[in-house]
Amino acid sequence: MMQELQGYLRLDRFPHMWCPGCGNGIVLGCLLRAIKKLELDQDRTVIVGGIGCSSRAVGYLDFNTLHTTHGRALAFATGIKLARPELHVIVITGDGDATAIGGNHFIHAARRNIDLTVVLFNNNIYGMTGGQYSPLTPGGKKATTAPYGTIEHNFDVAELARSAGATYVGRSTTYHSNLLANLIAAGIENKGFSLVEAITACPTAYGRRNKMRSGAEMLLWQKENAVHVKKTERMAPAELAGKIVIGELHKREAPEYTAMYEQLIAEAGRETGGGSVTPLKGR
Amino acid sequence: MGKSMELRLSGTGGQGLILAGIIIADAAIRDGKNSVQSQSYGPEARGGASRAEVIISDEEIDYPRVAHPNVLLVMSQEAYDKFAADLDRGGVMIIDSTYVQERPGIDGAVYTLPISSTAREQVGREMVANVVALGAMVRITGVVSRRALADALLARIPRGTEELNLKALETGWQLAEKVLH
Amino acid sequence: MSQVIEMARLMQGNEAVAEGALAAGVRFFAGYPITPSTEIAEIMADRLPRLGGKFIQMEDEIAGLAAVIGASLAGLKALTATSGPGFSLMQENLGFAAMAEVPCVIVNVQRSGPSTGMPTSPAQGDVMQARWGTHGDHPVIVLSPSSVREAYDLTVRAVNLAEKYRVPVILLMDEVVGHLREKVVLPARGEVETVDRPSPKVPPGEYVPFRPEDNLVPPMANFGEGYRYHVTGLAHDEKGTPTNNPALAEQLLLRLHDKINMHLDDILLDDAKFLEDAEIVVLAYGSTARPARRAVKEARGRGIKAGLYRPLTLWPFPAKKVRELAEQAHSIIVPEMNLGQYRLEVERVVRDRARVSGVNRVHGELIEPEEITAAILEVV
Repeated sequence: MMQELQGYLRLDRFPHMWCPGCGNGIVLGCLLRAIKKLELDQDRTVIVGGIGCSSRAVGYLDFNTLHTTHGRALAFATGIKLARPELHVIVITGDGDATAIGGNHFIHAARRNIDLTVVLFNNNIYGMTGGQYSPLTPGGKKATTAPYGTIEHNFDVAELARSAGATYVGRSTTYHSNLLANLIAAGIENKGFSLVEAITACPTAYGRRNKMRSGAEMLLWQKENAVHVKKTERMAPAELAGKIVIGELHKREAPEYTAMYEQLIAEAGRETGGGSVTPLKGR
Repeated sequence: MGKSMELRLSGTGGQGLILAGIIIADAAIRDGKNSVQSQSYGPEARGGASRAEVIISDEEIDYPRVAHPNVLLVMSQEAYDKFAADLDRGGVMIIDSTYVQERPGIDGAVYTLPISSTAREQVGREMVANVVALGAMVRITGVVSRRALADALLARIPRGTEELNLKALETGWQLAEKVLH
Repeated sequence: MSQVIEMARLMQGNEAVAEGALAAGVRFFAGYPITPSTEIAEIMADRLPRLGGKFIQMEDEIAGLAAVIGASLAGLKALTATSGPGFSLMQENLGFAAMAEVPCVIVNVQRSGPSTGMPTSPAQGDVMQARWGTHGDHPVIVLSPSSVREAYDLTVRAVNLAEKYRVPVILLMDEVVGHLREKVVLPARGEVETVDRPSPKVPPGEYVPFRPEDNLVPPMANFGEGYRYHVTGLAHDEKGTPTNNPALAEQLLLRLHDKINMHLDDILLDDAKFLEDAEIVVLAYGSTARPARRAVKEARGRGIKAGLYRPLTLWPFPAKKVRELAEQAHSIIVPEMNLGQYRLEVERVVRDRARVSGVNRVHGELIEPEEITAAILEVV
C-alpha cells in the first residue's frame, strides 16, 4: 500500500486475512485512492460492511466503521445516512452479501436514491465459507455447492441497480485499477445511490475450480475479457458474449432521499413551528 | 346510573361505530369519569360485523371488555342476532329499525328507532347515522352529559363537518325525545 | 415560565407509546407496517419530521431494526415497533445490538401466533422469544405494560434503560393494551426524566470504545464526532477488534451479562395489590393483569386472602421477589395468553416452596376475570 494511504489504515489490525492472489486489497487500494482524491474527512466518513471476505475490509480502515450482519449493510447505512446526512457513507459488500441475502435491501436502497456509495467486490463466489456459488457466479461455473457447474442464471448487478433507481453505476476490474479508483470517486461525488462493481479475483475458492489457478492468471483473464463501454457501441451482441463491460455505465439526475427528507422536515416544521434535532451529546 | 356502565355499539363495518364509541368514551372523561374503549375484531370481523365497547365508571376500570352490556346499540340484523341475548337484565337496547327487521323477544327496555333512514332523510347523509345514534342513545340513557358529548364530537370529527354533525346529534336527540314522551 | 396544565385525555395504547417515545427524546423510527402495531409507525411518520426527527418505512423488519441501529450509532435515540412475525425477523439484529452494545428500543405489540396466526387478536406468546429469540447468550431488558398510561411510562423507561446500559430494550405489549383507549393524564414535558447514553470523557486519541467504566458500561461515541472506532457483531476486544481469543470472547459475554445483573435494583420494576397478607398470589403481566386484578378484588370480597403481583420488568426475571412470594403464599397462579411460558420461569424459581398453576388461553381473547377467580377458588 502506498505510503500516502497509510493514514487511512488501522495498521495494528494487520496482517489482513485475505489469501495470496486475492484481489480485495487492490479494490481497497482503489477505494482509498478515491477517498484521498476527494480529501474526505476521516471523522466525517462512515464505512459499513456486511459479512464476507470483502466486508472484513472495514475493520482495517481508520474511519467510523461498522461491520454488520450478513446482507444488511445497506439497511444499517440507510439509518446512519438518514440520521446524519452530512456524513459520507460508503458501503463495502460482496456479491453474495449484496445480491443474495441482501438483495432486497440493495434494490430498495437504490430505489430510494439515498446517498450511499456501494463498492461491490464481485469475486463470483462465497469465499469466506469456502467457495459456494452466488447470484453472480456465471452459469456453468463450478463451486462447492455446484460441483457439476451452476445451472442458475446470474444477475447483471449493474443493470439491476440501474433499473431499481440508482443514479450512478460503474464497473471495473482489479486489472483496470485506475479506472476503478476513478469510478469510485465519481460514485462518492454523486449525490444519490451509487454502485461501483469491482470485478475481483478469488483464486482460492473460485479460480482453482474454474481453470484459473493463480491471481495473476485471473488478472490476465480480466485484462483479456474487459471491454470499455465506449467500445461496445461498435460491437455486435455476439462479440460481447462473455465479456465484462467496464466504465461508467449509467448516470442520471434524480432527487436524493435525505435531501428530500430535509425538505419534508422544513415543510412539516413550517406547518407547526417545529424545531431541529441535535444528536445526543451524552450526559 | 350505577357506579359502572357498560356499552356495546354494534353493526356493520363502515357505520362509524368505533368512532362513536371513542366519542362516548371521550365525553365520559370530559364529565370527569373514567372510561375505556376497545374494539373487538374477533372472527366476527369477517362477516363485516363491527363492534365497539365502552365502560364508564367512577372507579378504576380493571377488565376492559364488556360481557353483558347495560346499553346495547344494534345497527344491523347480524349484530342483533349475535348480541341481543348478551344484554344485561334491566339493560337498554336501541335498535336501528332501518336495518333490523326480525326481533325475537328480549327482556329489558327496547327502543326501536329509524336511525339510518332518519340520517339519510332528515340530515341528508346516512354517513352520520352513528352520530344520530349517539344523540338518541345519550338522550335515552344519560350515560354522558349532552355538553360533553357535543364537545367530544367536535373534537373528533374532520374540520368542516361540524354543522352536519351537530345537526345529526340534535336529530338523534329529538328522535329519542319523541319515543320518551 | 410555562404553566403546567394536567389534562385528562382519551388515548390509545399505541398512541401512548409514540408519545412516550417522543417525550423520551426518540428522534428516529424505522419499521415495517404490521397489525396491531401500525398506529405507532403512523404517528411517528407524522410527528417526527415536525420535531426535526426522521421516519423511514423500510423494506422489511430486518431492515427496520438495522436502520434503527445505524441511526443510534449516528447519535439519535431510535425505536422500532412490530408484532410477532416482524419480531421474529428482528432477532438477527437484536443480537447484533446486544453484542455491539447499541441502544435501541423494539416495541412488540403481541398478536396471536404462531406464524400469521390471528393478526388482530391478542396473545402473550412472545415472552420466551423476547428472552431467548436470538442465537447465543445475552441479556435483554423486557418491559410489559398493562394500561395506556403504563405504555407511555414504560416506553420512556425503555428508552432510558437502553441509553443508560447500551442495550436493546423490548417493550412487550399485547393487542389489548395496544388498541385500548382509556383516560390518561400525561406528565408535562419537563417532568419526564430522560437519560442520554454515557459519552466519552477522554479525547479521541485515548478512547477505547468497549472499555467499561465501573458500572460495566462503556461510554459511547457517536459516529461523526471525531472518535473513529470499529463496531462489529463479531466477538471483540475492548478496542473493538474482532477476536477468536477464548478468554477475550468470554470476558465480553460475561460483562454483557454482568452489566445488567449488577443493576437489577435499577432495572426491575413491579407493582402489587393486596400482597401484604396474601396466601394466594396471582402473578400477571400485560393486559392479563387487568382481569387478574378484578379476580383478586372479587376473591377479597369473599374473604379469600388473594393478592396480585405484577412484574413490569419481565426480563431479567424478578427471581428474588418471586422466591419471597413463594415463601409467603401457598399458591401462585400465573394467567397468560399463552400455554405457560412465564409460568415455566416461576416454577423454576419457586421449586416446591409453593404450588404453581396457570390459567392459559390461546384463543385470541383476553382471559376473563371469572376464569382466574375459578383458579383461585381451586387452590383456597
